[in-house]
Amino acid sequence: MTSEFAGFASLAPAYPEMLLAVGALALLMIGVFVRFEASRLVTILAVGLLAVAGAMILISSEGTIFSGGFINDGFARFMKTLIIAGSVFALILTFSTAADKGLNKFEYPVLVILATLGMMMMVSANDLMSLYVGLELQSLSLYVVAAFRRDSGKATEAGLKYFVLGALSSGMLLYGASLVYGFTGHTQLDRIAEAVALGERNVGVIFGLVFLLAGIAFKISAVPFHMWTPDVYEGAPTPVTAFFASAPKVAAIALLIRVVFDAFEPIARDWQQVVIFLSIASMVLASFAAIGQNNLKRLLAYSSIGHVGFALVGLSAGSLTGVEGVAIYMAVYLTMTVGTFACVLALKNENGYVQTIEDLAGLSRNRPFVAGMLAMFMFSLVGLPPLAGFFAKWYVFLAAVEAQLFVLAVIGMLASAVSAFYYLRVIKVMYFDEPTQGYAVPAIELRVVIALTGFLVLSYYFTVGAPLAEYAHNAAGSLF
Amino acid sequence: MNLDNTILTIVTFLPLVGALLILLTPGRDASAIRNVKWIALITTLVTFGFSLLMWSMFDPSTPAFQFVVNYAWLGDVIGYRMGVDGISILFVVLTGLLMPMCILASWESIDHRQREYMVLFLVLETLMIGVFTTLDLAMFYVFFEGSLIPMFLIIGIWGGKRRIQASYKFFFYTFVGSVLMLIAIMAMFWYAGTLDIARLLRVEFPEEMQFWLWLAFFASLAVKMPMWPFHRWLPEAHVEAPTAGSVILAAILLKLGGYGFLRFSLPMFPDASAYFANFVFFLSVAAIIITSLVALVQTDIKKLIAYSSVAHMGFVTMGIFAGNVYGLQGAIFQMISHGIVSGALFLSVGVIYDRMHTRDIEAYGGLVERMPKYAFAFMVFTMANVGLPGTSGFVGEFLTLLAIFQVNTWFAIFATTGVILSACYALWLYRKVIFGALEKESLKGILDLNTREMLTIVPLIILTILFGFYPAPILDATYASAAALADHYLTTSGLADAAAQAGTMVPVEHAAPAATGH
Repeated sequence: MTSEFAGFASLAPAYPEMLLAVGALALLMIGVFVRFEASRLVTILAVGLLAVAGAMILISSEGTIFSGGFINDGFARFMKTLIIAGSVFALILTFSTAADKGLNKFEYPVLVILATLGMMMMVSANDLMSLYVGLELQSLSLYVVAAFRRDSGKATEAGLKYFVLGALSSGMLLYGASLVYGFTGHTQLDRIAEAVALGERNVGVIFGLVFLLAGIAFKISAVPFHMWTPDVYEGAPTPVTAFFASAPKVAAIALLIRVVFDAFEPIARDWQQVVIFLSIASMVLASFAAIGQNNLKRLLAYSSIGHVGFALVGLSAGSLTGVEGVAIYMAVYLTMTVGTFACVLALKNENGYVQTIEDLAGLSRNRPFVAGMLAMFMFSLVGLPPLAGFFAKWYVFLAAVEAQLFVLAVIGMLASAVSAFYYLRVIKVMYFDEPTQGYAVPAIELRVVIALTGFLVLSYYFTVGAPLAEYAHNAAGSLF
Repeated sequence: MNLDNTILTIVTFLPLVGALLILLTPGRDASAIRNVKWIALITTLVTFGFSLLMWSMFDPSTPAFQFVVNYAWLGDVIGYRMGVDGISILFVVLTGLLMPMCILASWESIDHRQREYMVLFLVLETLMIGVFTTLDLAMFYVFFEGSLIPMFLIIGIWGGKRRIQASYKFFFYTFVGSVLMLIAIMAMFWYAGTLDIARLLRVEFPEEMQFWLWLAFFASLAVKMPMWPFHRWLPEAHVEAPTAGSVILAAILLKLGGYGFLRFSLPMFPDASAYFANFVFFLSVAAIIITSLVALVQTDIKKLIAYSSVAHMGFVTMGIFAGNVYGLQGAIFQMISHGIVSGALFLSVGVIYDRMHTRDIEAYGGLVERMPKYAFAFMVFTMANVGLPGTSGFVGEFLTLLAIFQVNTWFAIFATTGVILSACYALWLYRKVIFGALEKESLKGILDLNTREMLTIVPLIILTILFGFYPAPILDATYASAAALADHYLTTSGLADAAAQAGTMVPVEHAAPAATGH
């Protein structure tokens, strides 16, 4: 599968990535050389750049280039579209909030683009080397972004924690990769699969696999590698948290799927056990741990841990239906997360932004639109029909039942019932309690984001459900 | 436009259109609120009109599904499938009938956030009708479970003092039971290769699988029904909910459980149903006796009626699992009748609650002196609740008792004591509230029913008495489907053969048509 460099046209599958790389550098130059305060301009240009890259992904050609190190297939395109969408929304959320949150520096959108580039590389990586390069580009950008507000103690703490634990996980991942290379003699994923299929079930390879999975589990914040998540979510500025909770999760899940299916398909039973454990642990721990949380962002951190667990239910099945389910799950999860964070950012008064659940008391009286939408996102996160969150759960659990993983399915369902408790608390506070404080009218772009994501979540069955199912089916099909 | 294909879609989704209109109505002043109420009322009335039209177009001579729509949608798993048969059609009409009354009953008693209230009720109507009209198992779950959202909010926002606890209890009891049903639905999909209910009804599931599927469905339906001992959420939800919320809970939401048993447990898992029949009979009889006794000691009017609902639902489950035509028709009749009667009782309680703001039995007495019309209405519904011949309550109880008598005499004897007990608590309640001397100062100025209240209550009086003397409209509509279901159940579960062989239970070889898909 060695492909010699035969002109620029042969790199067509990687055009979107190349555009982002060049664009990020260009934006950096604009930011440096423009005389006036450039953050607004660079942010808008960044959104435009990402939108162009997104359009290019939709029409990009498929293929394997860079000597098998980079692959662009239906699955990669699906996931990249989601990642771009997540990044675009994350940038839009900073339009009116950047100044309050200390994000009004032109480096921020540039870092977001670089992180996005890293994520796209992760999704398209077909080699342990390019995988690691993509992962590190993403991680390093995110470490900086987490600590972007360098005069804030909490943000610095969040950045440092994220960096130390992230570096540790990267180390584990590298160690696992080296073991896999040592025992199979290959770094390219499909070659590893061939080697694994030929050889016997080798303890060394399994050792490497477990370390690889542990490293990725850090990135998707699956239990027991989740400890950094609540602190980082709480400490980082809210638009940054919204970014952390959306696009990087999608990228890391996509990477996980790519690695286990392309490289370790022959020993599926071995990694399935690990994934099942991660899944159950994430779902159960998150649903219980979140009950005691009072800070909205910590609550959403545990919520995201739980949702990774639910997504892994689909992966546990190790089947086409499962991957399809995970793809749909990530699309829905992304929409709900963006919407929820937009609601959180939309609530601001003279005391600052909303922080705790009590701050939401009686919200349905003075901001009925935001309250109604937030309530709907909460119901959707619980997984109640007829909202999108239900259909997401439907697909992943359908795959688990197909694979006869009944115990996993029952535990997952009961965990989602427990998780309902803390989501309902938000609704209860907003709707059943008396108001204690008022909130200002949210900025127009926040209302648009809330309305758009809310519409998608509410009308899932009638509008996006059918095309999304088909798109995800094709995407998953490209892996098998 | 061919009405045959579209009428179910119209009936199901029309309320959503009304909800959308209400959301788009501008303004927050009194006239906007009045517009909102009128939109809600007109929407529900038109929906009721369409449901009646559907009933008139319905052909009762066939057990097959009618007005069927069947499209693939959302990939190849979930589809857009609609259809009704004799089992489901009357529930659609019942929902259509009670909704305008709920809106009328809330006309003045809901004094804040009317807009959200009406939107939630219209959404709830779509979800409830959808449960009965959908022919896709996944969409059944969607509608069934989706009704939790509006009901949770209705109890929580407009409920009484302990509304938050009640709404949480309601939510979690039903949610935990339902998630197990969801897994069963998925397992059924992988075995049968379809979620089309019409096709699933012809699939024979292996015996051991039926056992688990039955239990998973039971976990959800028994809570919804509610059967003793899973009924703990009901009295609290009833007491705390606003009047219209109680009406919907008692009249429609409880019927979702019975409908589920009729639609899924009995025809799809006949072996398991036969296996568990005695267990269900035991729970039903226990419900009838125990909750009737509990009702005797209540001090809260709504709680008393709530417990009596549980007892009446005992007759329904008993009739369903008796599995013969009498039982099935009796169960459906009992559900329709209970929908009318319990709905009317809660409306009646709402009438005096709006005036006195208490549901304590001790706070009333001698109302007949000031409220003769009310006393008459309350008497009719009390008698129907007791099951007096000549009221609709009698027919259902009689048919279900007849059915259980054929199956097991002992259960029949114990169940019949429930009729006596229901007379005890219902007549006691009537005497305490309506009769006696009008001594309490607060009651001296109480007013009789006004026109709006008459509009909600009089139709229900007429229906209660009409169906008591002339039950044919209901029995005719349901006969073909009930007979087909009873026939199917008794042959596939081997009970018919067993009966033919003088009571010896012989396992029957299933000459099953090969299941599609796998």
